[in-house]
Parts: sequence; structure tokens; C-alpha cells
Amino acid sequence: MGGLLAGFADAFHYYAYFAIMMIGLFAMIAKTNLLKKCIGLGIFQTAIMLFYVSMGAKTGADIPIVNPATGTADPAAYANPLPQVLMLTAIVVSVATLGVALALIQNIHRDSGSIEEDEILRRLRDE
Amino acid sequence: MKRLALFVVILAGLLLAATADDFPRLGDAGSAPSRHVSPAYIQGSLDQTHTPNFVTSVLADYRGFDTMFETTVVFLAGMSCFFILRALRRKSLSEVYYYRHKPTGTVLAMLAPRRIPPRSSCFERIDADWTPQDLVVETMCLFMVPFVQIFALYVLAHGHYSPGGGFQGGVLLAASFILVGLSRDLRTVEWLLAEKKAILTAAAGVCIYAGTGLLALFLGGNFLDYGAFGPAFGAAIPAARSMGILCVEIGVAMTVMATLVTIYKLVSSRGTVEEGL
Repeated sequence: MGGLLAGFADAFHYYAYFAIMMIGLFAMIAKTNLLKKCIGLGIFQTAIMLFYVSMGAKTGADIPIVNPATGTADPAAYANPLPQVLMLTAIVVSVATLGVALALIQNIHRDSGSIEEDEILRRLRDE
Repeated sequence: MKRLALFVVILAGLLLAATADDFPRLGDAGSAPSRHVSPAYIQGSLDQTHTPNFVTSVLADYRGFDTMFETTVVFLAGMSCFFILRALRRKSLSEVYYYRHKPTGTVLAMLAPRRIPPRSSCFERIDADWTPQDLVVETMCLFMVPFVQIFALYVLAHGHYSPGGGFQGGVLLAASFILVGLSRDLRTVEWLLAEKKAILTAAAGVCIYAGTGLLALFLGGNFLDYGAFGPAFGAAIPAARSMGILCVEIGVAMTVMATLVTIYKLVSSRGTVEEGL
């Protein structure tokens, strides 16, 4: 039992990221409002970003900028820069793709008068 | 439907949770992501690129090819917003133009625009849902803009030595324009950074990035291998790499700034770039 609890405590942040990710996934599947689907997508992406950045953490490490007092001989002295780079670009790209999604939703609203998925489907069937 | 979705989501969550033990522990310096190329970046960055900030050197030099296409994706997102909202728009959205006589506050609604000069002294163009604005909010927001832009340029130029770089600087520059749009109106933003100019700036940013890579190719190196600038311009190879990183960061900042401003203008005005937030 103690071992199980210790294992849970070690991986606690992963469970938190999975929970956030599943909240976003649920919003993307179950919500009928297209804007709420986009919010779900944002929550999902946030979970992925947290997941990646936590991979690069090192106990007692500095930010990934050279500290003249430490030098660069020991990689364990600095946090892993690679996940941070990947997520830096992912954040900006996610903002840009969200803009495209909002543009599409605006056109859907203009053409069918609603952003509720079932309402749009009903109007398409009626035509 | 909702119950089915909940079931699927919980199932997926449990499957993911079952794998949590296989991921590296938090703060483990010897974990798989920190073992292969990451130590090479940390140990080599300062000597090879004269860039103390590993994130910048990995972003623009070691993984420059990746970042070039990320920049292209941002540019393409802006272009697709333009084509979805602006090129496919119907003309019937805003037929009535409102002008407010500043001394008396009388509002004229006009069907044919441009009878009154857009920047005449006593009439101003206003939005359909115009309400008297708070002078304090507007003045303070406009007062902030130059400081935001100076800080953005600092973040861009100082990205080698402190947290920052092209993406962050570009987003800050875009935020300054969006602040103008929120506190004044969309036409002021359009006057400051016209739509055509913004899209040309975004395209120029991608061209600067790709052009830096091509220049390295012509000077005898690999594509995006800035070390080739060293012998050509009489600089040491690490210093040349540092300059190459700065060039591509400027390209990235131009693309991100212009794209985000374009997306804001189009989305907030339903593609008319006439009235909006």
C-alpha cells in the first residue's frame, strides 16, 4: 500500500495532465457548440504543453541560459531546452490555428445562422 | 451521446493513467528526453553559436529547419483566415456608414460612403454600435503602446542572452496593435498597419528566414548552416552563427506580428475590416 502511494505521488503530475487532457477531449466530443469545441481544443493543447515541459525538468537545475558561475560542463545543471523549444513554437501555432477555426465558425454562422452543431444539421436537413 | 462520450473519455483516461509509471520521474536528470541530443545542445551552444540562451540556439540554429516551417504554418494560417473571411465575404454586411459630427454629437447615417473625407476635422466615422468612450481608458492605452513596442524590440534583440526571441517579440508587437484596436477602433489599426502592408510583412518575414538559409547555401554551406557566413564576411564561425540566429529571429518576429494583427482584424470585423471591437 505504501509503495502504491509512493508510486502515485511520483506520477501525480502525469495524472493531473491526463485529467486536463480528458476534460479537453470531452469538450471536443460532447459539446455541440462549436466555440466550446475550440475551448476544449485549447484545454487539450495546454495539457500537452504542460506534459512536454515537465519532461524537461531536472531537480535543482537552472533555467536553460548559461550561468557563468556553473559553466556548461554538466548538463544536469540546466533544464532540458528541447521540450521548451518545441512548446514555444506550438503555442504560437496554436494561436494562429485558433484564428482559422474562429474564421470558419464565423462563416458557418453567417451561412446557417447558428453555431450549435445539431441546429446546423437540422437546418441542413430541412433544406 | 454525452454518456457515450463520457465513457470513451474515461476509458482513454484510464488507459493513459495506466502508462504513467513508464514515464520519467519529475526532475530526473537522466531521463530519456534529457539524454541524447539535449546534453550536446547544453555543452555546445556557447562555443558553437555564442548564444548563452540554449532555447534560442536550439530554436533558430540546431532545429532551424523545423522553426522555418513553423513560421510558414503561422503565415499560412493568416493567409487562410484572409481567404476564408475576406475573399469569400458577401458584400451586404455593412451598407450603412455612420458619421458623427464632433461639436454637436449629431450622427449621420449614410448609404453612400466617402462623401465626407474619412479624416475631416468635424466629422468622424463611427461604428454602428458606437457609445461615448472613456477618455481615461483610451489615453492610457495609447500611452502604453510605445512602451510595449520598445519592450517587444528588447525581447527580440536580447533573445540570445535572456528569455525571448522572435516569437515572443512578435507576439508583443501584435499585442500593441491589438491594444490600439481595443481602445480606439479598428480603422485606426488599419490606418497604422494596412491590410496589404501586414500581409506583405508576413511574407517578407518568411522570405528573410528562407533567404538566410539560401544565402548560407550559396556561400558553400548547408541550407540554414549559418557557419558559412563566417569565412564570407570575415567573422569567426560562432559569431557568424549568432548573427544568423538574429536574422532569422527578425524574420520570425515580422511574420508573427503581421499574422496575428491580420487575424485579429479579420476575425473581429467578420472580414470587412470596417467595424469591429
